[in-house]
Amino acid sequence: MKIAVFVKQVPDSAAKLSVDNGTVNWGDAPLVINPWDEYAVEAALQLAEKHNGEVAAISLGDENAKEALKHALAMGAASATLVSDPALAKADAAAAARVFAAAVQKLGGVDLAIFGKQAIDSDTGLAPAMTARVLGWPALSMVAAIPSLDAGSIKVERAIEEGRQIVEGKLPAVLSIVKDFAEPRYPSFMGIRKASKAEIPVWSLGDLGISAPDSKVSWAEISAPPARDVTSEMVTGANADEIAAKLADLIIAEGVL
Amino acid sequence: MAGIWVYVDHFKGAALPASYEAVAAAKTLGGPVTALIFGQGVDALAQSAFHYGADEVLLGDDASLADYRAEAYASLLSKLAKEHQPDAVLFSTSTRGREIAAMAAIDLDTGVLVDVTGISKDGDGFAATHPIYAGKLLSKVTVSAKPALITLRGRAFGKPVADTSRSGSVTKVAAAVADGDLQTKVVDYATVEGRVSLADAGVIVSGGRGVANNPALTPPAEITDEKEKEIWRAQQGFLMIGELAQALGGAVGASRAAVDAGYIPYASQVGQTGKVVSPDLYIALGISGAIQHLAGMRTSKVIVAINKDPDAPIFKLARFGVVGDLYEIVPALTKALKERLSK
Repeated sequence: MKIAVFVKQVPDSAAKLSVDNGTVNWGDAPLVINPWDEYAVEAALQLAEKHNGEVAAISLGDENAKEALKHALAMGAASATLVSDPALAKADAAAAARVFAAAVQKLGGVDLAIFGKQAIDSDTGLAPAMTARVLGWPALSMVAAIPSLDAGSIKVERAIEEGRQIVEGKLPAVLSIVKDFAEPRYPSFMGIRKASKAEIPVWSLGDLGISAPDSKVSWAEISAPPARDVTSEMVTGANADEIAAKLADLIIAEGVL
Repeated sequence: MAGIWVYVDHFKGAALPASYEAVAAAKTLGGPVTALIFGQGVDALAQSAFHYGADEVLLGDDASLADYRAEAYASLLSKLAKEHQPDAVLFSTSTRGREIAAMAAIDLDTGVLVDVTGISKDGDGFAATHPIYAGKLLSKVTVSAKPALITLRGRAFGKPVADTSRSGSVTKVAAAVADGDLQTKVVDYATVEGRVSLADAGVIVSGGRGVANNPALTPPAEITDEKEKEIWRAQQGFLMIGELAQALGGAVGASRAAVDAGYIPYASQVGQTGKVVSPDLYIALGISGAIQHLAGMRTSKVIVAINKDPDAPIFKLARFGVVGDLYEIVPALTKALKERLSK
């Protein structure tokens, strides 16, 4: 079984962000693998271990994105490839999906293409369904468990707003994985050593045999949200009942219940 | 039939509140509003769509659409959009809305403005506000192709008002793909409860790591492991939090720390790697307020924080704060609010 897993390099979730001349500045916060992609890598590795498969990690980005790929290698991915091309600097989700689909085709023989549920920077969550559509494969998103997988089909439990939906799909398929699936493993010492020495090949659009897909969505402007204008009031009292009574009156006076 | 279309998202015939928020938002953009309703035996939704502002309904009622499947729903939406050329299609930002919009964008060679909190006309097209980095920043986004596919964040567009005197015309449409040609099959549903979804909740009561700090609770004798005792204590605490949430008709949330410690399932996690929420009232209990958590709830209308640590960052966002033991305050607060709300 051949499994492609897509990872993205993003600023750490603890980063304090600001906007300088229209671009996002994350100060000295580190760049890390998108936290949701760690679950995708974990799922890919577990499936590969169980079904005698192989995991190929792919990232779209600049040279920095090699670090996310090294994390995937250190966790246990067999190979990693960076897709990078200056023409993709302003790629929207649909353009990226067309590139992801081309990368899956170039890898060849892929049974499952696995994504995290979304990236914590751009927060669109569109890549899995878009990539599936370009490939003409079924999209099984928000996967929390995989009760069965065989040569031709997969059964998954999807975490939807209302609970779990159990769906069967034909292979090849695109999945997105949510946190319920399993805690991602820590990279092993041997894994980290192997990853640090790994040569990561770079594919350009030319290597993929496509021209830059059109991006229809653009980011005209990025700004900091307005500061939260709040007057804080600390509620005190002689005992819990007195505090609770005061707080209850104050909450009701806000008119939100 | 140009104008604005709205995909009415529903689960087994019950529309998400955000669907009608989208209908009402479509109305403000000018032009006729067409609601798309797909499913089986869901024609009753058409009336509600008219009440909230739709002028007409395209009803896809077919056995192949009985269970939501992205490929079937997206194929039908794309086929209709190719025939009728709407200016925009609005969705609610649910798992379903996001997927259908994503697939339709590929079919129609257009783009998706996702999870937006504001929309305006921008020349011939539309501009929207998309919170990125879990709302730490805002991005103004535009789409240069038609139809503009836009998913709206729940509760960001105000509560729509129903006008029961409104009605309109219903046009039935056939499914775009035969059942046998679809690549997925819905087998079953599990743990589908009547719980209040975090995204739609007007009130959220959340617990953090502090929920485990109640030494007075005595775990059953068979629990001997210290970690298990801590989890048991926290779970009792979340039952208490659930009572407060229930008294207010709200949902229970949690910080990442509480989820990672095993106190409560991930579905309840609020924050950058959980759900971004925007209720009218957010009560944070034993949550110190890590930046990732604050990003996920900072747009709540009124924030109340109860924490033992007077320096907890959550107090900076809170309208009302109490420095104290949540195990003492919460039961008293539940009682006090119940008394006042029953009057």
